[in-house]
Amino acid sequence: MFKKLSKYVKEYKKDAILTPIFVILEVVMEVVIPLLMARIIDVGIQNGDVKYIVEIGGLLIVCAILSLTFGMLSGRFAAKASAGYAKNLRKEMFHKIQDYSFENIDKFSTSSLVTRMTTDVTNVQMAFQMIIRILVRGPIMMIFALLMVLSISTKLSTIFFVAIPVLGVVLYYIAIKAHPNFERVFKKYDKLNRVVQENVSAIRVVKAFVREDHEEEKFKEVNDEVYRDFKKAEKIVAFNGPAMQITIYTCILLISWIGSQLIVGGTMQTGELSSIITYAWQILASLMMLSFVFVMVIMAQSSAERILEVIEEEPSLKNKENPVTKIKDGSIKFEDVSFVYSDEENKNKYSLQNINLDIKAGETVGIIGGTGSSKSTLVQLIPRLYDVTKGSVKVGGIDVRNYDIHALREEVAMVLQKNVLFSGTIAENLRWGDKSADQEDLEEACKLAQADGFIKEFPSKYETVLDQGGTNVSGGQKQRICIARAILKQPKILILDDSTSAVDTKTDALIRKAFREKIPNTTKIIIAQRVSSVEDADKIIVLNEGRINGIGTSEELLKTNNIYREVYESQMKGGDEEDAEN
Amino acid sequence: MQKTKKSKTIKRLLKYVTKGYKGQLIVVLVSIIISALVGVLGAQFIKYLIDDFITPLLGNQNPDFSALLNVIMMMGVIYLVGVLCTYIYNRLMINISQGVLNEIRKQMFNHMQKLPIKYFDTRSHGEIMSTYTNDVDTLRQMLSQSIPQVFSACVSMVAVLIAMFATNLYLTLVVLAMVVLMIFVSRYLGGNSSRFFVKQQEDIGKVDGYIEEMMEGQKVVKVFNYEEESKKRFDELNEQLCDSMTKANMYANILMPCIMNIGNLGYVLVAVIGGILSVNGILTIGSIAAFLQYVKAFTNPLGQVSQQMNSIVMALAGAERIFELIDQEVEQDEGYVSLVNAKIEDGKVVETEERTGIWAWKHPHKDGRITFTRLRGQVEFENVQFGYQENKRILHDITLMAREGQKVSFVGATGAGKTTITNLINRFYDIQEGKIRYDRINIRKIKKDDLRRSLGMVLQDTSLFTGTIKDNIKYGKLDATDEEVYEAAKLSNADKFIKHLPNGYDTVITGNGEGLSQGQRQLLSIARAALNNPPVLILDEATSSIDTRTEKIVQEGMDKLMKGRTVFVIAHRLSTIKNSDLIMVLDHGRIIERGNHQELIAKKGTYYGLYTGAIEID
Repeated sequence: MFKKLSKYVKEYKKDAILTPIFVILEVVMEVVIPLLMARIIDVGIQNGDVKYIVEIGGLLIVCAILSLTFGMLSGRFAAKASAGYAKNLRKEMFHKIQDYSFENIDKFSTSSLVTRMTTDVTNVQMAFQMIIRILVRGPIMMIFALLMVLSISTKLSTIFFVAIPVLGVVLYYIAIKAHPNFERVFKKYDKLNRVVQENVSAIRVVKAFVREDHEEEKFKEVNDEVYRDFKKAEKIVAFNGPAMQITIYTCILLISWIGSQLIVGGTMQTGELSSIITYAWQILASLMMLSFVFVMVIMAQSSAERILEVIEEEPSLKNKENPVTKIKDGSIKFEDVSFVYSDEENKNKYSLQNINLDIKAGETVGIIGGTGSSKSTLVQLIPRLYDVTKGSVKVGGIDVRNYDIHALREEVAMVLQKNVLFSGTIAENLRWGDKSADQEDLEEACKLAQADGFIKEFPSKYETVLDQGGTNVSGGQKQRICIARAILKQPKILILDDSTSAVDTKTDALIRKAFREKIPNTTKIIIAQRVSSVEDADKIIVLNEGRINGIGTSEELLKTNNIYREVYESQMKGGDEEDAEN
Repeated sequence: MQKTKKSKTIKRLLKYVTKGYKGQLIVVLVSIIISALVGVLGAQFIKYLIDDFITPLLGNQNPDFSALLNVIMMMGVIYLVGVLCTYIYNRLMINISQGVLNEIRKQMFNHMQKLPIKYFDTRSHGEIMSTYTNDVDTLRQMLSQSIPQVFSACVSMVAVLIAMFATNLYLTLVVLAMVVLMIFVSRYLGGNSSRFFVKQQEDIGKVDGYIEEMMEGQKVVKVFNYEEESKKRFDELNEQLCDSMTKANMYANILMPCIMNIGNLGYVLVAVIGGILSVNGILTIGSIAAFLQYVKAFTNPLGQVSQQMNSIVMALAGAERIFELIDQEVEQDEGYVSLVNAKIEDGKVVETEERTGIWAWKHPHKDGRITFTRLRGQVEFENVQFGYQENKRILHDITLMAREGQKVSFVGATGAGKTTITNLINRFYDIQEGKIRYDRINIRKIKKDDLRRSLGMVLQDTSLFTGTIKDNIKYGKLDATDEEVYEAAKLSNADKFIKHLPNGYDTVITGNGEGLSQGQRQLLSIARAALNNPPVLILDEATSSIDTRTEKIVQEGMDKLMKGRTVFVIAHRLSTIKNSDLIMVLDHGRIIERGNHQELIAKKGTYYGLYTGAIEID
């Protein structure tokens, strides 16, 4: 898994390789320096030889400067490599997601994508930095230190050859034991975050129902769970330090006991004994580092998995070879189209079944139907946001799957039901539709969408800055800006998916009037709840449970279609009566 | 200024620790001291062993190792005490740090429940969330790792320093000079590092914000072919973050080698000076050797401290944000009129313990009298003026009267102030001028909780919670029986779709009801309000996203629900409010027309225009 991820080091490969090299050099200096220090004491100080001390001291300073240089270089390269690696991971994911189809997006929730690109990347980055710095340092330091011990006394080195594996097993055992506990803690953390997040976004409901106490209780429960499980996990890890200390202290005592006998027996120098003790500390320190890295890597493992999921997800829509890039006109044809969503919930359920439609360029088509009648699904097939399961959708006489996706979407503008504005000025948002649009173009589109009026009432007019999600304009205003944005694309087909629900009837009518007069050649498809929004359409499609229940003009449908009549009457009847009275 | 703020934060953090864990803390401190001293002692043990026990045995034909064995055993015991202390303080620190975090999180959340709506309206949710996640997490690292390590390192350094002073004053001064140099260097590097860390945090915020926004709008990106643009912008931000991150980490990474090698430099200096001194007979060879060991024992913990500084600075910044949340001013409630169960005795309203279904306002007066007013649900606005900001009025001079059981509707263009009115009745926001009376009592005198309990709300944002459908409906009445839940669902016509779900009422919904359609979500929130069964209902565009057929079904349920209640309705579809007793036409925060449907139609004014689509009031 880490191998797969390691390929995104890319241009930072040089830094990623240089880091451990300089770490190794630094470690060499760290091993040499204590040797020199021992020489200063054993030879220089013992003999009172100031000249010797200065000589070795000078050498030591040279080594220190080298060590400093290597240390700084490795630190620098490590920082560059890990920050760059994180950058590449984020970039890879972000770019990949841009290539996702709707189907891919549906698979991941928004919040999960955000976590994957933030927290998970940070975790992997930390592990990566650990690996290139410490995973090399630990073993190298251990090997050097062991070699030194071996060169001094083979007998004493056996102590380490026993102690290291024992400690290694113990540390490994602790890490393995702790891991599932930490996993559980992270899950509980997710739950805690969810409770907070839901509370924050539902705060009006909480307060309206006076459920603060209930919420506090809910939070207390999960908070205590986090507390308990975290404590449990940390309790296991708390054995790390003592296990380490016990091992090193035992080693020191054993070395002292055996070493002193060797010294007295004349096979070892006193200076050598203190050197071995120094190396003992180094060996232990390197083991400690390794166990630390081990824990980090284990923790990063699930993050790495989640990142890979995003990167390895295959975009489900792709261009055909030699795609058509020119769309002739805005005519639309559905030929026996059926559609099934691929997600778990809807897997075995046809969302659309046997749809046949023929829409001429420039027509205005209304779609009406109950919740869950798949109105949105139907129109999303036109710009190929999803691919049909059976049958074919043709735009300008050619199957949408034969077009270049970008070219197709350039000509099919759509205002989604869940429309989104982005932080930035109104003008910037509008230019999503047409990057090169000048002020005049913007105003024209906004006049069409009946947005020019209220925009000009804002103090900063078109330069008014919108908050994220456009929360500082009302729902109806937001919808009109979104419509203007779509119009700016000057598309051959314009689809409004319930996009005027928050706009008042009068404005709604004005928008439709403007459509008729200003963009007569554009095919307009309007999904609406209000009959009045579609009443004057050339053609109204009544959808019911994924099937076409009726097609025709309002007049025709009133005669032939029960659903339409029912809806029409419930919305219009009262009004007619009143009008009659007047 | 900055400094005092920091020390205040530290003091406040310490208070949490000392409050509940004084005993444990003392044990921890003692254990750390012992464990650190054992460490220092352990480092000196070998020299002591060689000088006092091994050297005398040298050249001895029949060496007696018993004294040596004794001292090793003794050292073994000391080490064991050290290990024990390490375990004890690690173990206790878990109690303390997790306990403190538990307490802090609880305080944050409970305090947050008491904050006014304004707090939530003026902050992004991400901002609030990050206090719970990032800030608390850095605090955990500081409490459980950094602080014990720094303390332990300080103890070691003090112990070593004392030993150094005892050995030789001049050499100690040399070491101290080195320490000054180290502090100087680490301040320089640390300063740079934290400067870039701050920049890094900023850049992270930008990148995260951009990611969040783009992920939220990913479908719009696709529809507009905006992928390349969004990649380009992301790459720019990402590049910036990479830059500041590299620099911040670089300075942090090179701190340790700098400290350690300055230490090495000190070692050489001491050796040379010590050598000269010993040649002149001022110092013994043993002392110099010992002193050199001290130098090493001194530099190591110093390096550790410098490593921890960054995380401490970051944790303190996090703690500041946590305290900022805890210090937010809570929603003020000067109300004293409460809502009580009541019964009618001899035509008089009397308070009772049992649930009678009759409620009354308990009104204590200044003269000690207590009066009871039966809860009826009459709401009255008198010359109400309001603006979210002091100087920007949204509502002007609103006067209206909703009698018990009446249906009052608001119509008007988006932004006319319809939603704002409903924000005032339940006191999510307080009015600046005028009066709102509920059953003839000024709502300022009513306890907020009781006021809100008497009002039901169905909002534009449906706000569901993760859990079963049943739990979500039960939110309206926590102790409701299953029967009551089904009843409420049937009333609001949610029952039908719920029964179609795989697990019926026990279907678990996640997040904000993902997987349910907008209409279904609204049906649930209506059922929730139905179960709550309040005398006054506020419906804010509750039916705007339900299709007409469903709406008709909902409407029937709503009509049943509205019977006998005072209802405020905000809707765009005039068909839903035609049967209102009173319709208010709002324009730019003023009521420009009022009356029932017939009256307003007869008037042929704005409402008539709106209704027939002839004029636009926008």
